[in-house]
Amino acid sequence: MSVADLPLSPEDRHKESVDTVVIRFCGDSGDGMQLAGTQFTNVSAVFGNDVCTLPDFPAEIRAPAGTIAGVSGFQICFSSQEIHTPGDEVDTLVAMNPAALKSNIADLKRGGTLIVNEDAFEKSNLKKAGYESNPLDGDENLAAFRVHKVPMTRLTRDAVEGLGLSQTEADRCKNFFALGLVYWLYDRDSKPTLDWIEAKFGKKPKIAEANVRALTGGSNFGFSTEAFTVHYEVAPAKLAAGKYRKITGNEALAMGMAIAARLSNADLVFSGYPITPASDILHELSKLKHFGVSTFQAEDEIAAMSATCGAAFGGALAVTASSGPGICLKGEAMGLGMITELPMVIIDVQRGGPSTGLPTKTEQSDLLMAFFGRNGESPLPIIAPQTPGDCFWAIQEALRMAVEFMTPVILLSDGYIANGAEPWMVPEVADIQPIKVKYITDPNTDDGYWPYLRDERLVRPWARPGTPGLEHRIGGLEKRDGTGNVEYSPENHEHMSDTRARKVANIANFIPALEVDGADSGDLLVVSWGGTFGACRTAVRNAQQDGKRVSHVHLRYLNPFPRNLETLLKSFKKVLIPELNLGQLSIVIRSKYLVDARSYSKIQGKPFKVAEVYNKINEFLME
Amino acid sequence: MSTLLPQLTAKDFASDQEVRWCPRCGDYSILAQMKKVLPELGIPREKFCFVSGIGCSSRFPYYMNCYGFHSIHGRAPAVATGVKLSNPELNVWVITGDGDALSIGGNHLMHAIRRNLDINIILFNNQIYGLTKGQYSPTSPRGSRTKSTPYGSLDNPLNPLSVVIGCEATFVARSVDVDTKHLAATLTRAAHHKGTSFVEVYQDCNVFNPGAFYYASKKGEKEDNIVYLEHGKPLIFGKEKDKGVRLNAHGRPEVVELNGGISEDDLLFHDENAEDPSLAFLLAQMRHPEFPEPMGVIRNVSRPVYDESVRNQVLAAKELHGDGDIEQLLNSGDTWVVESDQA
Repeated sequence: MSVADLPLSPEDRHKESVDTVVIRFCGDSGDGMQLAGTQFTNVSAVFGNDVCTLPDFPAEIRAPAGTIAGVSGFQICFSSQEIHTPGDEVDTLVAMNPAALKSNIADLKRGGTLIVNEDAFEKSNLKKAGYESNPLDGDENLAAFRVHKVPMTRLTRDAVEGLGLSQTEADRCKNFFALGLVYWLYDRDSKPTLDWIEAKFGKKPKIAEANVRALTGGSNFGFSTEAFTVHYEVAPAKLAAGKYRKITGNEALAMGMAIAARLSNADLVFSGYPITPASDILHELSKLKHFGVSTFQAEDEIAAMSATCGAAFGGALAVTASSGPGICLKGEAMGLGMITELPMVIIDVQRGGPSTGLPTKTEQSDLLMAFFGRNGESPLPIIAPQTPGDCFWAIQEALRMAVEFMTPVILLSDGYIANGAEPWMVPEVADIQPIKVKYITDPNTDDGYWPYLRDERLVRPWARPGTPGLEHRIGGLEKRDGTGNVEYSPENHEHMSDTRARKVANIANFIPALEVDGADSGDLLVVSWGGTFGACRTAVRNAQQDGKRVSHVHLRYLNPFPRNLETLLKSFKKVLIPELNLGQLSIVIRSKYLVDARSYSKIQGKPFKVAEVYNKINEFLME
Repeated sequence: MSTLLPQLTAKDFASDQEVRWCPRCGDYSILAQMKKVLPELGIPREKFCFVSGIGCSSRFPYYMNCYGFHSIHGRAPAVATGVKLSNPELNVWVITGDGDALSIGGNHLMHAIRRNLDINIILFNNQIYGLTKGQYSPTSPRGSRTKSTPYGSLDNPLNPLSVVIGCEATFVARSVDVDTKHLAATLTRAAHHKGTSFVEVYQDCNVFNPGAFYYASKKGEKEDNIVYLEHGKPLIFGKEKDKGVRLNAHGRPEVVELNGGISEDDLLFHDENAEDPSLAFLLAQMRHPEFPEPMGVIRNVSRPVYDESVRNQVLAAKELHGDGDIEQLLNSGDTWVVESDQA
């Protein structure tokens, strides 16, 4: 097929309405697939679809071009319905080279649409992808799909001809060509992308023009090629009325912190060390200094955590963020924060482990480290957001809990919600609760200031250095309750260990009860936490529609657990705990509540598919 | 309005905690000098904050009646960074030792110094691990026979001053625990410097490494083994003030007798403000017994101060964008409205 013979007039096409579509863009790391995916997400969100995304990129910035290792993908699910996951199977796959095709074709639905850049299917690329022959030439494997071979490289070069671009510059625009084609296929309004190009490349008019031409070229190609006889529309979703924006988990965390600082009138000191997938929090927050935020890129993870302890002692809202390997390094200083009882938040954006593991892939395998990963008896509250937008609320809750109970709090995000995007209802400023930061200003005994004199919730006061009359010393050594003086006596250590643990356990009295999705009792309770919310909720709803007596609870508070968890666990015949690890929450639940909870684990660096959880529910029910 | 600060004394800085260093430990002397120096600075007591790591010296904050944070091994400079970022008006002192600062905490020391955070780092160098009862430290001479090196240590020691000059320290000084007047004067100079002040104090651990610095502290011996630096003055030392240090034809230091052909004018003149760190490094490299070891301020230059710059960036951002507008931030990027069904 070539562009020259394009006789079909646009009127001959027809438009089909569909509810939910899953698209995946994939290509070389340098092909701009993350950008194409982000733009598609944006226009779909602005159009009013519900969207959910799954970026999936290699750990290497530029693995050798054309290899399987270098393939970068971005999956978007967009719908006229409310959705909770980026979709199990792909409806339309855009593959920019043979390696991308090879590593992604298995996820394309039978009968799905495959759009390939046929120019990239030449000898050396085929060889790098491990193809003996060109799969586009009569390979029966592709017979199950609607295949569109599009010479994207050549068409993009044609589109930008005359702008005086180098070939490399011209070829860099082909992601916009692919995007334009998919925009046409799904009836998207390209205006938000055109605006973005203008804003991004305004100072480089040639590049801006080239990208616009490539985008338009792609749309026009779809419009005028007979191969695409159908295109689709996906109506806006009936989301709750209100104003929406697109948000990723890391953006939401940064925004949540900046707003917390501003509303509480306290300075926020954020210390971090670059690590995937947490670095974006530092990037985003460093732009928000005018909210009263200081950002500190420390020399290492230990320094970031130590500075967080120092900043908390100094009287700031103190936060650090990292991922598993960094949290390991922070362990000792987290213990210091714990024993000194200073307020701070430690964000762990979990990724595949152990060690360096899978830096860019998601996992939930740091839960037990969050529970127990410090020397000594060192329990800390743990909060886990469930969606990208929920990160905004979770970080504020974590900060509030830290300040109210004078303790470090761990926030467990993961790579999936950190980089994933969803439409998020913009809250009213009045609905955001300020965090009450209260420092003690006068000595609390006749004997002067006692830093560990506790209130009825066992919480000690927070004195800001610089306050006259409250001079005091704290540290990592065991201390006498009340005075805070160093004390090693056996009774005191037991008393202090117990007191610190009771203080954290008591937080259960201040968090909301679990809400059950479904009946309060039945055959099976699915218990999940963190970023697996969408897949578990959807799978349970599907099972409920089949008439199964299945309910779902999603834990946002992991330590302490909500008070009604035990009753709920014991009100169902079976308990299933799906997790992206080897069963960490189930270990805790089994030991704490003596219930025979079944773990369903997946540890592939990928989120659950709805079907996987759904099938497991049915399987378990039948046993 | 002006309220005169009450004149504080050394006693005001003594906490109610019993000091628990070994008898005759050099730390006592340093503590005494610190208590003497602080009241002279004209800073209210509540503005002082001592941060330490782990080790004998790191118990120091407990004995000072001001704010203090006894943190974890090696991390005091990083903790102090957080303290200073959250509370920039504080006058922050980091108390550390040779193991704490140069072994487990080497990285933090290096980075606090290169950032030029406005803190004073006092390194008590006793060339031994005291709290863990006598293992060799990163400043122990090669061949040291200690609990962990019964056949002698094999690694070359670090020279603390060379390390910090390599990190572009803006204030570098050295003193001796029992040289009380000199120590007090040196601490005072460190306190007045804006940016990171680094002071190495030769400190005697009379239990695990007694006498390591007698050559530099004992009357009758030290005169020939140390040279007091004074800005703009030649390097003269010796009981009779009859020896000096000059640079030879190759630019290397050499010890000379001040008689006959050599006059003071031929000697090396100290310039603590030299922008180029070469002189400071050369002085740091003068080690006993080949050379008299320099005491006093080796380097004192001015560079942008980190915590101040951090603060200024926040203020500049507020100046540029106004105080953070929450509404605007929430609505940044593309937004769209979903109408209710009734609409």
